[in-house]
This record gives sequence, structure tokens and C-alpha cells, in this order.
Amino acid sequence: MIDIGLGHYLTLGAVIFSIGIIGIFLNRKNIIVILMSIELILLAVNINLVSFSMYLGDLTGQVFTLFILTVAAAEAAIGLAIIVVYYRNSGTIRVEEIDKLKG
Amino acid sequence: MIAHAIFFYIFSIIAVVSAVMVTVSKNTVHSVFFLILDFISISCLFIMIGAEFLGMIMLIVYVGAVAVLFLFVVMMLNVAQQKNQWFISKENSNHIPIGLLISVIIFFELIIVIGGWKFKPDLFDKANLSIVNDVSNTHSLGMVLYTDYIHIFQISGMILLIAMIGAIVLTFRQREGVKKQSYIKQISRERAEGVEVVEVASNRGVKIDD
Repeated sequence: MIDIGLGHYLTLGAVIFSIGIIGIFLNRKNIIVILMSIELILLAVNINLVSFSMYLGDLTGQVFTLFILTVAAAEAAIGLAIIVVYYRNSGTIRVEEIDKLKG
Repeated sequence: MIAHAIFFYIFSIIAVVSAVMVTVSKNTVHSVFFLILDFISISCLFIMIGAEFLGMIMLIVYVGAVAVLFLFVVMMLNVAQQKNQWFISKENSNHIPIGLLISVIIFFELIIVIGGWKFKPDLFDKANLSIVNDVSNTHSLGMVLYTDYIHIFQISGMILLIAMIGAIVLTFRQREGVKKQSYIKQISRERAEGVEVVEVASNRGVKIDD
């Protein structure tokens, strides 16, 4: 318990990853919270990469984390822009009522 | 070592609790704030583990940019009327137990993977360490980022540029009835279309149309 090792960080990453997946599945409110859950999942992946990088002594994980940060920021910007356009066109962002494609 | 453990447990408990609050809180603004708290505690963990550059970058990118972006979008959209519909759907669907089952399965798979890692800790030989201890984390990242990973770095810059252009193109709209200044029209205006010499008849005055 006292000796914090790699397993503790990996467990923290696993817990946050699962919380993000639960958030995606359970959310019936609006789609913004689903985007935030995706951010949580990317954050868990970042925790895993950084802890492996620090414990193995290899910098590649941290470089990869930088690129994941970039992609996450781009994804959030594009997703929020799509949500704004959808809200302007149809007046709702409730997950259940977004059914234009009849999927 | 004990201080490390104490701080790890404090920050990870804060992170997990705020991650739960992101998903279950009824107000979207509150979930954005809990997301900010989550990112801050995880970046504290990063700084604690020794990756201080990534921790600071997380603070700048997520708390400074992405969370503010989320807040702006929540402000622009009217999500206040959608508050009290948590867990309530129009038709009966069984997505909630399936979602719980899937996430629990994924969690235990990850735990099994971590356990396998603990059983074979010497999977990699630590002979080729690329982390040098006499320079700082930022220094070593900079040395490797602009030499070995320069192409990927530039590609990520291109991704950011494309995302910016895409967001602007998606949300841009031409408004009706907005008067704009047009330099071309102003410069190319000539005397013939601007000035007219009128013969004024006496006692009538001049009628100005438009």
C-alpha cells in the first residue's frame, strides 16, 4: 500500500477509463457530457502512457502523450463545432432526439 | 516514500471522485467544472511522477483551452431545460445494464493486464535507457521532440491547423442585414456616380430621392 509503483498508476488509469465508458453508455442528457467522457478516456490513456514511460525509463511514451493531447484538443474543437451547428439547425442536442439518419 | 503515497492517494481519490461527478452531475456546467478538477489532479500526479512538462502542458491545454471551450459551448446552447432527465428515456431500452456490464468487463480486463505485468516485471531490459538523469524532463523531451519526432510534430501541427479551419468553416454563417465596409467599392467610386449637378428651379427646391 505504501510503496507506490507502476500498478497503482495503471489501476487509476483503468478506473478512469471505465468511468468514461460508463458515462458514454449511461448518458441520456446531452451530447456534451458524452464528449467530456471521451476526454476522460483519453486522459486515462495518457496516465497509462506517462506512468509506463516514467517506470521504464523511455521517453517515447511522453512524446506520444503530447500527440494524444493534440488530437484530443482538435477532436474537442471539431465535435463542439458540429454540436453548435446541429443545435442551430434542429434546436435540440438531446441524445434521443438526434435521429435524423434513422440509425 | 510515505509522502509520495499520501499525495498519490489524495490526488487519485480526487480524480476518481470528480470523474464520477462528471458523468452523474445533473448540471452540465458542474460537470465541466469537475472535468477541470480532474485534469488538475491528474496533472499534479504527472508532476509528482516526474513528467513535469506534460503536467504543465495538460494544465495549459485542457484547463486553459478545452475546458473554456466546453464552457463557451454550454453557454451558447440552451441546455438548462434538459436538466432533470437523468436515466429517463422515452421508450424502454436496456442499454444501462449492457453499458454497466461492458464497462465492468473492460475494467477487469485492464486489471488482469496489470496483474500480468506484475508477474513478469523484467519484460523489457533497462539497458537502453533514454531518460538521462542529469537534465530536466523538459530538456530531454525537447531534445527528442525536435530531432527524432520532428515529422510527427509537424503533422500534429497540421492537424491542429485543419481542426481550426474546420471549426471556423462549420460554425461560420453569413448574417442578413449586416452592413460591412467594402474597400473595393470605396476606392473604385468615381466622381460621375457620386456627384450630380442639378439645375435648381426657383421656388421648387431640390427633391432628394433615396
